[in-house]
Amino acid sequence: MSNKLIDLQHITKAFDGNVVLDDLNLYIRENEFLTLLGPSGCGKTTMLRIMGGFETPDRGSVIFDGKDITSLAPNKRQLNTVFQKYALFPHMSVAENIAFGLRIRKKSEDYIRDKIRYALKLVNLEGFEERTPDSLSGGQQQRIAIARAIVNEPKVLLLDEPLGALDLKLRQDMQYELIRLKNELGITFIYVTHDQEEALTMSDTIVVMNQGYIQQIGTPEDIYNEPKNAFVADFIGDSNIIDGTMIQDQLVEIFGVRFACVDTGFGTMKPVDVVIRPEDLELIPVGEDAEPDSPAYQTAVSRATQINPGFFEGTVSHVIFKGMHYEMEVQAKGFEWLVLSTRLFQVGTRVLMSVDPYNIQIMNKPESEDEMAVKLDEHL
Amino acid sequence: MKTKRRFWMDGPYLIWTAAFIVIPLFTIVYYGLTDKTGAFTWSNIAQMGTPERLKALVLSLLLSLLATFICLIMAYPLALILTKMKIGATGFIVSIFIIPMWMNSLLRILAWQTLLERNGVINQILGFLHLPKQYLINTPYAIALGMIYDFLPFMLLPIYNSLEKIDSNVVNAAYDLGANKLQAFWKVIFPLTLPGVISGITMVFVPALTTFVISDFLGGSKVLLIGNVIEQQFTQVGDWNVGSGLSLVLMIFILISMAVMQHYDKDADDRVTAL
Repeated sequence: MSNKLIDLQHITKAFDGNVVLDDLNLYIRENEFLTLLGPSGCGKTTMLRIMGGFETPDRGSVIFDGKDITSLAPNKRQLNTVFQKYALFPHMSVAENIAFGLRIRKKSEDYIRDKIRYALKLVNLEGFEERTPDSLSGGQQQRIAIARAIVNEPKVLLLDEPLGALDLKLRQDMQYELIRLKNELGITFIYVTHDQEEALTMSDTIVVMNQGYIQQIGTPEDIYNEPKNAFVADFIGDSNIIDGTMIQDQLVEIFGVRFACVDTGFGTMKPVDVVIRPEDLELIPVGEDAEPDSPAYQTAVSRATQINPGFFEGTVSHVIFKGMHYEMEVQAKGFEWLVLSTRLFQVGTRVLMSVDPYNIQIMNKPESEDEMAVKLDEHL
Repeated sequence: MKTKRRFWMDGPYLIWTAAFIVIPLFTIVYYGLTDKTGAFTWSNIAQMGTPERLKALVLSLLLSLLATFICLIMAYPLALILTKMKIGATGFIVSIFIIPMWMNSLLRILAWQTLLERNGVINQILGFLHLPKQYLINTPYAIALGMIYDFLPFMLLPIYNSLEKIDSNVVNAAYDLGANKLQAFWKVIFPLTLPGVISGITMVFVPALTTFVISDFLGGSKVLLIGNVIEQQFTQVGDWNVGSGLSLVLMIFILISMAVMQHYDKDADDRVTAL
């Protein structure tokens, strides 16, 4: 797992003066399922096309297995691409599509026949040899595109938003299929998507990108639980991102209320971004007209302060049933907090809202674009 | 009510088809298969059998095949270059090819006549350079040149359109799977443009086979194409029956050529549409 299979060094690429990738460094290890995740226009597809050989970087180099392949033609590279919208050859049957790469390499017809059968079995489309691409559903075309790529036994499979055109259910099925394929083939997958759920489900490593910079590299757990900045926190799942002030180590002030937290080393009285996941906010109901000095109110306060010395008082303003949980909006301190809970609090309920110190993420405010980029040596 | 509305929708087209396609066609068939008294005869068809007419037919076929072939090998690379160019530049080049089509084709052929004549522009330039004059006009080559010049856009546009429609990732996929440029072209790009090539061939070959204007102006009376032979029957001899009979024979050649083309087109089509 430790071998660097692909090493991208100082990659810079601009289109018509528009910088898409700026001095980007990234390495991909053998057997890794690595996902490039980011909003459209973040440069993730350009990265993939540079690896596939369809774009040449303006600066920087692509090292593959120790060799510089920056200017090597795509047909000489030991990697295969599964294109967005599949790009099957419409004038060929499924079998001819899959055989394309093998015929180019002048493999024997026996070998090709075996490979086609093997590949179709692998993608669960046995018996589809004579069908034509346009008689297949999107999901089936997708699988054929994968079969066409993997029969060439590439060391790396590049996948460019391969599930983008499929409906939700099919997309989820295909995610499991891809994980299974990756495990059976034992090759490196580099996957491009803007869908954070897809990235979290399948990847060993996620690279979050924005505006040509890498924002964070890490395991799905790292990325979700320890987002490095407000962009990552916002892009991966829902978050409450608030301005705060780091009073001192382990103490942060939000909207004038001081909360205990676990982060240290931010200095004193430093403005920071505070991120709290909606499922981490805990609500404690308070009676409709309980006076602040009434016993009911005091009980609620003591329950809240058990969680964190700091808490807010607010009112539930909106509730949506989401099946597994309720999604609620709570008005507190003039801010709309997103809260997920399996427990329902009706609209209008007065609540105290608190959060475990471990679940408060403190981040430096980005001062410039450059600072948002994560340095290479921070990779795991 | 419903049928009435149907008629108002389809009616104009039905009338058009009847008036300008079906009736003229039957008129030609009628004249072609009858003599002056109106009695049925094959003799008009058999008129094609004279050596002079057979020679004109063979020459027509050869010249139109030559012109079609040259149009194809000129238009395809040009269309390839056009698809690789930036949008603005493409529009400019395409319009360079289209704008001459807005001019009367007679004028364009007349221009060639002026260029190729015995004392025309080209020979004057040759004379100025102290080079011997060339016999350019009134040769089969002059006619082929006129055909190529006149019909090249009809080859270019369908090929260009079919190239435009190819998803660039389909071509990238060919490279990705190890194909070099030549392999990607013959295995992917060319087969996908086959419908455009076929319609280009049809759109050049058919008018080239039937032309009499180009051969009139650039072939003089020395080179007769089958189009001229038929034209003479109507305009000079005034024998509509023989003219129609010869037209029917030519029509059969066109139908055969279109059937051959359809056959290849279908090959490409079947692959795509068959389940």
